[in-house]
Amino acid sequence: MVAPMPSTKIVIEHFSARYADGTESLRDVSLTIPAHQITALFGPAGGGKSTLLRALNRLNDLVEGVQMSGKIYLEGEDLTAPKLDVVALRRRVGMVFAQPVPLPMSIRQNVVYGLTLAGIRHAGALETAVEKSLRAAALWDEVADRLDAPATALSGGQQQRLCLARVLALEPEVILLDEPTSGLDPISTAKVEESLQTLKQQYTVIIVPHSVQQAARVADYAAFFLQGELVEAGVGKALFLSPQDKRTEDYVTGRFG
Amino acid sequence: MLSRTLTERLAFILIGLAAFATVLPIVLIVGYIVAQGLPAINWEFLSAMPRDGMRAGGIWPAIVGTVYLTLGTGVIAVPLGIAAAIYLAEYAKDNTLTRAIRLALINLAGIPSVVYGLFGLGLFVLFLRFGTSLVAGCLTLSIMTLPVIISTAEEALRAVPQSFRLVSVSLGGTKWQTIWRVVLPEALPGILTGVILGLERAAGETAPILFTAAAFFLPRLPGSIFEATMALPYHLFVISTQVPEMPIQIQYGTALVLLAFVLTMNLVATFIRSRARARRQW
Repeated sequence: MVAPMPSTKIVIEHFSARYADGTESLRDVSLTIPAHQITALFGPAGGGKSTLLRALNRLNDLVEGVQMSGKIYLEGEDLTAPKLDVVALRRRVGMVFAQPVPLPMSIRQNVVYGLTLAGIRHAGALETAVEKSLRAAALWDEVADRLDAPATALSGGQQQRLCLARVLALEPEVILLDEPTSGLDPISTAKVEESLQTLKQQYTVIIVPHSVQQAARVADYAAFFLQGELVEAGVGKALFLSPQDKRTEDYVTGRFG
Repeated sequence: MLSRTLTERLAFILIGLAAFATVLPIVLIVGYIVAQGLPAINWEFLSAMPRDGMRAGGIWPAIVGTVYLTLGTGVIAVPLGIAAAIYLAEYAKDNTLTRAIRLALINLAGIPSVVYGLFGLGLFVLFLRFGTSLVAGCLTLSIMTLPVIISTAEEALRAVPQSFRLVSVSLGGTKWQTIWRVVLPEALPGILTGVILGLERAAGETAPILFTAAAFFLPRLPGSIFEATMALPYHLFVISTQVPEMPIQIQYGTALVLLAFVLTMNLVATFIRSRARARRQW
């Protein structure tokens, strides 16, 4: 049986980014990201992966002096448009950062934070969202009896899953994960990776993995970035087993990086 | 050549002495004023009007006047100062205008308080025709207090981790939502500390109210914000230098009340700060 071709979620066309100090972060990147798949952006540090991730929810807007050119389309909508409603975009494209940052409030308040920002006050709706999101992030069983405890009291792995739950509560279309397991132990990492497999059924997942091994484990599609350049992209298994470009091969076989 | 243990011991003694030397004057001042002033403190002293050309009776109008001046200054300077700090810490870009604002703040903080007094006299008392009044005094004290409030509040806002802002924005928060729900609550203890330290200075200063609000002798409470008032620091100045045959314990009693007022504010600030520090967990 042949799997149906996944539909396209995001189209990146000739995208470049340059920082105020002149360092070039991304150079003419064109990439198509399929819906309901896990796409891994991998490569050595400084390759521009995080910059690309942050272009997808316009978090680069917060950094002064980033110059960007090219187009990014989310289901046909131009994300680079200056007049885009970035607040609405960020509800559609959620993000989990490398370091878990629980906001200084309770576990419950952390989960519903995004919803209350959007003006949702209905207690029942919030209550449902708390349980649903925490279950989806595989954290519910561990915190169900202490939802009003401060989020900072959780372990690092639990905090990172809380950050995931916080994003899931908004029911976004796309989830961006920037090295989400870099600070976690192997067991917590496995839990996060496992939940990704469930999540992709409902969401489009784009991850910057913290190692080639993780990229190979989780990716349906993969894109290899080297010094701001997209070297190669394609179906994950094919890319890891038989890379077309010499540089990709050297990297995935561990000759550098 | 000294042995290492001897050097170690010598350094310890010298550093310890330095620490002790800084605390000693404070302990002596407080101890001396308490010892001299405490006999004067009784209910009448705290609650009655002054009599016999201030040589007897109480200091009630001066206490109330200082409370009024401090509260009035707070009402004006706190919202203004916090708003300015939010602008500088969260919104202002690093350009010529904000650099000019910062430069102005640094210079404002360095201006001698008597100059504020003269400025208040010129602007509020004479030009705006407020007369010698509570409102003129509060406005003058506000201008003096603002730099303290703004700079401590800005520092407290900047101490909030950038990652909190990033997370809030990434969850669909607007800039103002992020400030209001995450940054301000987190910075509040630091801001309050700055507010109290600023108001404490306002409560203790003589020169800014000298020409703008203070009455030499006014044995009643001010009836409106456009009336002059007695105030503890100025009253202390007056009874220490302007009134012949002044009983010394009344001077020290007044000093003790002023000191207690200011130290209480200080304690509140310390309490808020230490409680916030204990609560902080990241």
